[in-house]
Amino acid sequence: MKNKSVLLVGVGGQGAILTARILVNGLMEKGYDVKMSEVHGMSQRGGSVSTQVHFGEKIYSPLIGKGAADVMVAFEKMEAVRYAEFLKPEGVAVINDYEMPSSATAAGLAEYPEGCLEAMQAKFKCFALDAARIAAVLGSVRCMNVVLFGALTKVLGLDDIDWENIIRRTVPAKFIDLNLAAYHAGCAAI
Amino acid sequence: MKHLLSGNEAIARGAYEAGVTVCSAYPGTPSTEIFENLPQYGDALYCEWAPNEKVATEVAYGAAVAGVRSLTAMKHVGVNVAADPIFTAAYNGVTRGFVIVSADDPSMHSSQDEQDNRNYAKFAKIALVEPADSQECLDFMKEAYDISEKFDMPVLFRTTTRVSHSKSLVEFGERTELDPIPYVRDVTKNNCAPAFAYRHRAKVEEKLEELKEYGKTCKLNRLEMKGTKLGVISSSIAYLYAKEAFPEDTSFLKLGLTYPLPMELIRDFASKVETLYVVEELDPFMEEQIKAAGIPCIGKELVPRMYELNPQILKEAIFGVKPETVDVGVQAAPRPAVLCPGCPHRGVFYTLGKLRDTVVTGDIGCYTLGFMPPLNGMDTCLCMGGGFSVGAGMARAFRCSGQKKKVIGVVGDSTFFHSGMTGAVEILYNKQNMIPIVLDNHITGMTGHQDNPGTGYTLRGEVANAVRIEDVLKAYGYEKVIIVDPQDLKAMEKAVQDAQESDVPAAIIARRPCLLIKRIKHDVGLCVVDTDKCIGCKKCLTVGCPAVSVKDRKSRIDATQCVGCTLCAQVCPVGAIARKES
Repeated sequence: MKNKSVLLVGVGGQGAILTARILVNGLMEKGYDVKMSEVHGMSQRGGSVSTQVHFGEKIYSPLIGKGAADVMVAFEKMEAVRYAEFLKPEGVAVINDYEMPSSATAAGLAEYPEGCLEAMQAKFKCFALDAARIAAVLGSVRCMNVVLFGALTKVLGLDDIDWENIIRRTVPAKFIDLNLAAYHAGCAAI
Repeated sequence: MKHLLSGNEAIARGAYEAGVTVCSAYPGTPSTEIFENLPQYGDALYCEWAPNEKVATEVAYGAAVAGVRSLTAMKHVGVNVAADPIFTAAYNGVTRGFVIVSADDPSMHSSQDEQDNRNYAKFAKIALVEPADSQECLDFMKEAYDISEKFDMPVLFRTTTRVSHSKSLVEFGERTELDPIPYVRDVTKNNCAPAFAYRHRAKVEEKLEELKEYGKTCKLNRLEMKGTKLGVISSSIAYLYAKEAFPEDTSFLKLGLTYPLPMELIRDFASKVETLYVVEELDPFMEEQIKAAGIPCIGKELVPRMYELNPQILKEAIFGVKPETVDVGVQAAPRPAVLCPGCPHRGVFYTLGKLRDTVVTGDIGCYTLGFMPPLNGMDTCLCMGGGFSVGAGMARAFRCSGQKKKVIGVVGDSTFFHSGMTGAVEILYNKQNMIPIVLDNHITGMTGHQDNPGTGYTLRGEVANAVRIEDVLKAYGYEKVIIVDPQDLKAMEKAVQDAQESDVPAAIIARRPCLLIKRIKHDVGLCVVDTDKCIGCKKCLTVGCPAVSVKDRKSRIDATQCVGCTLCAQVCPVGAIARKES
């Protein structure tokens, strides 16, 4: 198998890091070499965040540059556009059809761009889903990240990992059922 | 069994396995998680947050002299603060091992500069150890302690953001329990009086020569001989990038002990390959020394000397292979970090931003974001503790040059204890015409919530003697110390006015705990807009809260973000926003 790079992008507080941890725990169990890179600090205060996960037989670098990601998961659609240049031309994007104003757009200092999702779909193979609505139906918008994670496992073709078990081990006990439902809903959504 | 650990987690584990006994640090991204991961080892080691990096370094040095292994850790700029004791510790030497972790931040993800702290090792004349991944973070820690004891010097253990915050698989070892080396008074060693320092000076050079010899066989330096066409000398995370960027048959000299450089190994390696590259992030630290030794190599002619590297940047710089990217034709709007909804700093900067002819000198912390529009509540920010003293200099210059400007300085509570206290003394002692404000949110916020001398708790969660900021200010001689809740805009405005009109030295403490502190029960509510009353004037946007926006000429409050702080309601001219009582 060729090494794969997954880029998870979103807004601080959306749960991208937890999602990456579920992914990595499963990949480790499957015996892959795994490296992951995240940035803490300033970006946790509602800023744009990105986390990278790389897996395969032998991984050296925990970090990739432009045009090098195989798969992108965007927790917010403007963030998909922001990091689009990191995706390989033949890369695949899982995009949450969800709009979150930034402090700059909320204060009227910048415009939230129109057509983020459509622009991505025009150039890349994309899977779009309304993870916020799916999560809300399940009982909490907060499990939106695991809905997206379910979709990601389908795109990565990692069906042979016991994700249910991994989710049980990774998320807080009182949210296990909610997150399992979110995972299944995400798998079914694409 | 392998564990997925960040570099910082692995450093903490490495310190534990190395038998470290005393650990002292001040938090700073990207180093903070090292110490957050020490309390899990219970009574095996003692760990603490010190008021600043200089104190932390001195505590750790003292412990090493007293006969136990010790650790300190800080971000790159923290080493500037700690430089004084580090340089002299290099002269005095240690008894048990003493390791100083410097976590550098290429690309300045969370920092004010991009200094390459490898230079400190050369400057202070101490050993430099650089791990590339988490397993090396653990293994090299143990080696660093051995080097420190063998060569009687502190060891600088240098990571970068990507070493500290990347996760990779790690195998654990066992902790080595060490007997303390009983303390014996020896002023000729542990006292830096000039007569002793004169002798230490020569010893430092001798120790570096011995260390150079050691570098030849040290297992931190590794030769990976493949082809003879291309050879790469690299260290730290740059080595991992180079492994992906260079062809399969490239030979590598991977260095873990990077000061002093093992020049014989390098010369030997250079003779075995046709073209030699030195691949390092930031400064040409190794390259300059290698070139000075007369060994031809290619480095910063091609490899960027600023910002983070990655495999794609190296491929383009060295082999001219541009990454294939796709332009989607849509430009994302900026999404900068922002003060959280309900942040107590917001009321302070809303108030300060409205003042005319007033300069606000700021400091390092979440509240640095107070400069951003629409708050516009801060002018300058230089370094930890600079909020008061930079203001003192500006106030003096305004007075000397006849510029009619007022000055207000702000520092956070943790920053006050770090190095703001001396600035508060400067203002008072030299009668500087300015008002100091301490933003006391009861936590070290930006680095992810660490305790400090004002919070009443230690790193290990024990109850501490809380130092009261008002007592400190009063003891200095501030006769008027105004304590105000910054969430009450009228009171905040009055506090500033009262302080500025005061006949006696005055200071302000804007006090309200950060909403993210878990052990406090916060009064959280929700503000709602009466759309019939709302006139769409956008005044509510002037508080710069991410929960508030205006759409279709009506104010909107995002219920998932709002915590009911009421700042937007306080500035609404028509009373259209109210807190909903649940």
